Amino acid sequence: MKVLVIIEHDNETVKQSSFSTITAAKEISDSVEALVLGQGLDSVINELKKSDHLKKIYMIDNELFKNPLAENLSNAIQKFAEGSDYTHILSPSSTFGKNMSPRLSALMDVQQISDITKIISDDTFERPIYAGNAIAKVKSSDQIKIITVRSTCFEPCALNSSVDVESLSVNLDTNSSVSFVSYDKSKSDRPELTSAKIVISGGRGMQNGENFRLLEGIADKLGAAMGASRAAVDAGFVPNDWQVGQTGKIVAPDLYIAVGISGAIQHIAGIKDSKFIACINKDEEAPIFNFSDYGLVGDLFELLPKLEEKL
Amino acid sequence: MKALVCVKRVIDYNVRIRVKSDKSGVETDNVKMSMNPFDEIAVEEAVRMKEKSQIQEIVILSIGTDKSQETIRSGLAMGGDRGILVKTDKEQLEPLTVGKIIKAVSDKEKPDLIILGKQAIDDDCNQTGQIVATLLDIPQATFASELKKNDDNTLEVTREVDGGLETVKVNIPCVVTTDLRLNEPRYASLPNIMKAKQKKIDLLEIGSFGIDIKDRLQVLEVNEPPERKPGIKVDDVEALVNKLKNEAKVL
Ligand SMILES: Cc1cc2nc3c(=O)[nH]c(=O)nc-3n(C[C@H](O)[C@H](O)[C@H](O)COP(=O)(O)OP(=O)(O)OC[C@H]3O[C@@H](n4cnc5c(N)ncnc54)[C@H](O)[C@@H]3O)c2cc1C
Ligand SMILES: Nc1ncnc2c1ncn2[C@@H]1O[C@H](COP(=O)(O)O)[C@@H](O)[C@H]1O
Repeated sequence: MKVLVIIEHDNETVKQSSFSTITAAKEISDSVEALVLGQGLDSVINELKKSDHLKKIYMIDNELFKNPLAENLSNAIQKFAEGSDYTHILSPSSTFGKNMSPRLSALMDVQQISDITKIISDDTFERPIYAGNAIAKVKSSDQIKIITVRSTCFEPCALNSSVDVESLSVNLDTNSSVSFVSYDKSKSDRPELTSAKIVISGGRGMQNGENFRLLEGIADKLGAAMGASRAAVDAGFVPNDWQVGQTGKIVAPDLYIAVGISGAIQHIAGIKDSKFIACINKDEEAPIFNFSDYGLVGDLFELLPKLEEKL
Repeated sequence: MKALVCVKRVIDYNVRIRVKSDKSGVETDNVKMSMNPFDEIAVEEAVRMKEKSQIQEIVILSIGTDKSQETIRSGLAMGGDRGILVKTDKEQLEPLTVGKIIKAVSDKEKPDLIILGKQAIDDDCNQTGQIVATLLDIPQATFASELKKNDDNTLEVTREVDGGLETVKVNIPCVVTTDLRLNEPRYASLPNIMKAKQKKIDLLEIGSFGIDIKDRLQVLEVNEPPERKPGIKVDDVEALVNKLKNEAKVL
């Protein structure tokens, strides 16, 4: 068995989810290789080279992959994998992996296994369905397994190695029917939501975007990432990539603090694997209390300033 | 332009899911079913484009049991023009199979725009739109939060990605999958629900497509998720900080 990991990066740094995907790959086989596609990959490769468990890194540095267009990526990965002996191709279950990997599976006529949370054997996996209200154990009969990995379920690999790198070229026409226009990157000095040790999120109860300042002070003190419920994002309080939940980001920090969030199943789906959950809500009947290790009933506008002061 | 909108009948998002005791799946008997919420957003977007005269015809497609006709009717009541049901007795089909059927229907219907939800809230797969685009060899714009039609037969689509918003330009024909912020779906009015009853739904048998619908992914068992230990309520901020520091040891 031989596993290929598709690395997600931004041409500068490797995404944490890639290191988690390497760990998942290692659970399947000792023979793990990585493929990086991008442009100007020096710093990415320098970082990735240190990954434990990798036997080899292949890189394709080409203008074609400056922006991660799924059409170009999936075609190149298929060409690379064609005629090789990979039994598994893994990508992180981020918007990058979700966008690209099903294309690869269609090109290879494989039924992808989305968002695995556990590896039972080389062909059997667990994945959540119905917003995590049920866990399916599935067995694939495809020759090659194409998988996306929920990164919060696998620790990032350690970085104590020095892996061989081979640079390849690619013979591929640009897909002329799709082009990149722009990327509006949300700026933040905070840790990434999906890998932060502490996450503090606000919901509709915050009332407006201004009031998220009350959470910022606490996030600053705790070095926490900031998130939100769908209602807070829909109302325009905060950017879309803050949404935590079934159809947003899945987080699993040591501590998740939910403020002014009722605890709808779609939100819970994204936070259930947190080690500890604390909440502040003025409605003692709110479902969030059923999922919280520590619940505080009260008005957030009174309680948040006190919390910041006590930390 | 002609739009093909793909809609799936799923357990309503408000229903509390119960896993069957024999672990074969989740309980669907006497459970409220609805159109997948992301597909409502897909229908709504097509209808808005039709209202702007960017689209002339909206075809609503579902692959499922006879009951999926209800789901198609909901789409027709929102403003779809006609429906297609590809009938099967199988309760769940895999995305790859569904993708192949949608491709086959598209080969015949030749839509300019195929709109799907980004994710079905039952299987949570997030695959079908990408598969359809690949099989048809047309571009994809997934997780769309804004669609703009240009005069030169292209679409500019803003996409919700992990780090922010990405905008791509795709040639028509193309596949779009919807994210939550694209629009807020309308409720069908009573007169429109009545009118939808007169609209045509073509019924096709899945067997007539000559596509192998056998599962590649066998579901061995379905289990309840592990439960979280019940927590406690604390009296005040001090007690909370104390617990987090000394009991949970996370601060
Ligand atoms: C297809 C689909 C996908 C979805 N995906 C997601 C998802 O990924 N993530 C997600 O979060 N949701 C998702 N949702 C939405 C979800 O169902 C809920 O609507 C949403 O999570 C509610 O957000 P909320 O808790 O902020 O708002 P509400 O439910 O309105 O709760 C607000 C809470 O704030 C409390 N509050 C108000 N004022 C104060 C105050 N002054 N002090 C203290 N507490 C206060 C209230 O008591 C209440 O409990 C999805 C829904 C659908 C249909
Ligand atoms: N049986 C089906 N019939 C019609 N459309 C479907 C079906 N299954 C999935 N889709 C479409 O594909 C989208 C994504 O589904 P999935 O890949 O299963 O998460 C859904 O939102 C629908 O638009």
